[in-house]
Amino acid sequence: MPNCKTVIPYHGTPQQEEELKKVIEAHKGQAGATMPVLQAAQEIFGYLPEEVQIMIAEGLDIPLSEVYGVASFYAQFSLNPKGEYRISLCLGTACYVKGAGDILNELETKLGIKAGGITPDGKFSLDACRCIGACGLAPVMTINDHVYGRLTPNQIGPILAEYQ
Amino acid sequence: MEQNMVNLTINNIPVTVPAGTTILEAARDAGIKIPSLCFLKGVNEIGACRICVVEVKGARSLVASCVYPVSEGMEVQTNSAKVRKSRKLTLELILSNHRMECLTCARNAHCELRELAAEFGLDAVRYANDELLPQIEDSALHLVRDNSKCILCRRCTAACRKLQEVGVIGANDRGFATHIGCAFDRDLSEVDCVSCGQCIVACPTGALYEKDDTQKVWDALHDPTKHVVVGPAPSVRVTLGECFQNPIGTNVEGKMVTALRRLGFDKVFDVDTGADFTIMEEGTEFLHRLQNGGTLPMITSCSPGWVRYCEQHHPDMLPNLSTCKSPQQMFGSLVKTYYAEKAGIDPKDIVVVSIMPCTAKKYEVAREEQRLKNGCLPVDVSLTTRELGRMIRDAGILFDKLPDGEFDQMLGVSTGASVIFGTTGGVMEAALRTVVEKLTGADSAPVEFHDVRGLAGIKEATYDLPGRTVKVAVASGLANAKKVLDMVKSGEKSYDFIEFMACPGGCVNGGGQPQQPAEVRNFTDLVALRAAALYEQDQGMAHRKSHENPVLQQIYADYLGEPGGHKAHEVLHCTYVPQKRYRTDG
Repeated sequence: MPNCKTVIPYHGTPQQEEELKKVIEAHKGQAGATMPVLQAAQEIFGYLPEEVQIMIAEGLDIPLSEVYGVASFYAQFSLNPKGEYRISLCLGTACYVKGAGDILNELETKLGIKAGGITPDGKFSLDACRCIGACGLAPVMTINDHVYGRLTPNQIGPILAEYQ
Repeated sequence: MEQNMVNLTINNIPVTVPAGTTILEAARDAGIKIPSLCFLKGVNEIGACRICVVEVKGARSLVASCVYPVSEGMEVQTNSAKVRKSRKLTLELILSNHRMECLTCARNAHCELRELAAEFGLDAVRYANDELLPQIEDSALHLVRDNSKCILCRRCTAACRKLQEVGVIGANDRGFATHIGCAFDRDLSEVDCVSCGQCIVACPTGALYEKDDTQKVWDALHDPTKHVVVGPAPSVRVTLGECFQNPIGTNVEGKMVTALRRLGFDKVFDVDTGADFTIMEEGTEFLHRLQNGGTLPMITSCSPGWVRYCEQHHPDMLPNLSTCKSPQQMFGSLVKTYYAEKAGIDPKDIVVVSIMPCTAKKYEVAREEQRLKNGCLPVDVSLTTRELGRMIRDAGILFDKLPDGEFDQMLGVSTGASVIFGTTGGVMEAALRTVVEKLTGADSAPVEFHDVRGLAGIKEATYDLPGRTVKVAVASGLANAKKVLDMVKSGEKSYDFIEFMACPGGCVNGGGQPQQPAEVRNFTDLVALRAAALYEQDQGMAHRKSHENPVLQQIYADYLGEPGGHKAHEVLHCTYVPQKRYRTDG
């Protein structure tokens, strides 16, 4: 799997780690503790790097493989932090039939990362999302709060250049 | 006590079974086999693969018989048109994502999936995927994973988590991307895998197999400048026969010796002899700790899977671990020191091959702290029972027709104590045979210690010996070892001496033993049958206590000096060190 280990170094603060410890303590020994703890950890850190998942595994006394299995199963969990510019490409039905697949390929090629990943400089993160309610503009993507509609693959290079 | 019985019919045959029985088991009683795939009794009971589905009258859909309990008046059909169609389609869909290269697959004719395809009479695979490429992960010293043959049955992950509580593998990602791997898809060599191989013996296909080292052995045997010495572990003599369709629990020691000699080994010795040395050294160490206020409980160090688990998960217990090398390593150490000297051969020209029930032994032979003063590692190649079986077949040796042979004398004489090393409780009993006699000073000291025998995961016993009471515990399977350690650490229990074996049931159920399909494992107690053969051999031995071994006595007198002495320490002991559980770099 291409994005299982993030390329961004871990920068968790002692305060964040302390907060996570409290969450773990509150859930320790309970059945089904993994999900709420992972959700809280994502709230605290913004994503779930290996260092954080090890803290959870050790704290809950469960195998790291179990924590990772859950984290990699659900789309709500991210193994990578978000970039300075967060690209979300809609892969909902309307966008998909209007060629969002080609747009994704172009973005992945240009950025050198896969959906769910982040560029090593931390500048761009790329996510494939479901319908954002702008089907009239299909295929559509957002970069932070800016919306780009009726995209064609050859527009991607120039758009990304605006942010370089 | 009267058991609550349930009446039902299976294929119109009336059946009465205890409440709580599954349909699959009830059918078995009625002489009906229901095919299954993901079901491994006591290990993986998740009803996921849908091969074992049956029709239950009134049920909304077909049910998974491996986990569905019987109920009063239930009417079951195991072979209806609907059932047959469903099973066949399920199998076809499983095969659609399975790289079929059966002829050259490590599992070949012993594959449970292939067996099912034959049973179902599949004559074509409608959804074959010719584009699947091998997905080889061979970073670890002991095993290879090829996920292109994995059918996601979860038997391996269940063995790793439930039996061993190690849990280094799991199902990652979702949907079509689902695959078995380590957290963050790290290589197996980067995580805290203990190399026990229980995942391999659980796997129904060729997705998991030991790293094949047979070519290294062929190369050594074909090299005239090498003196190649072999020694099989205690349990191998009661399992090797299974590679040649002998009944489970057949002792083939004599044929095994002849086969090894015909393969061309220059000396056929016995790791049992190494096990007798282990008892002398471990027993001496225990008595020393007992009488001089040493760290107790002392814990055995024969099982490299357990040792690695201790180093990674319980480094605080390392002072409790015996400093003895394992029998395999003691055997190799004696070959490359004592034997080399006696035979006048440069130890660097000796290739020591061990035949082991174990995949962790492949990892153990490479451990640096095992290295001898003369620069040699004690053992060069460690083969599993399965690999030896393949070599014998490959060499055209008709195993069943072989006459019985005898081990070469110098390191081939052993006692009943060493034979029982191959089963849970065996090391403890062997140690007690020697330690109790030393403490009571009487020849009348008992030979058999039945409290530490049997198949329970955790056993304990107390012995009143002169001067003090000695409490011992025996656990097999790392999940049980963890339970015992937790009780020791919390102060709930206290022991003087503990035997841990990584594999449930001990070496007879090791990860390097012949793979028996779930169809056999679910309905046969492999461990009991194999262990019984060891106890039977022990009973017929001329010497049953390690210290009575005449060869061992001679080697101590000629070469090693006192058990636990300086020279014995130099050759037969080592130091175990803490190891990291996780890697977070790169």
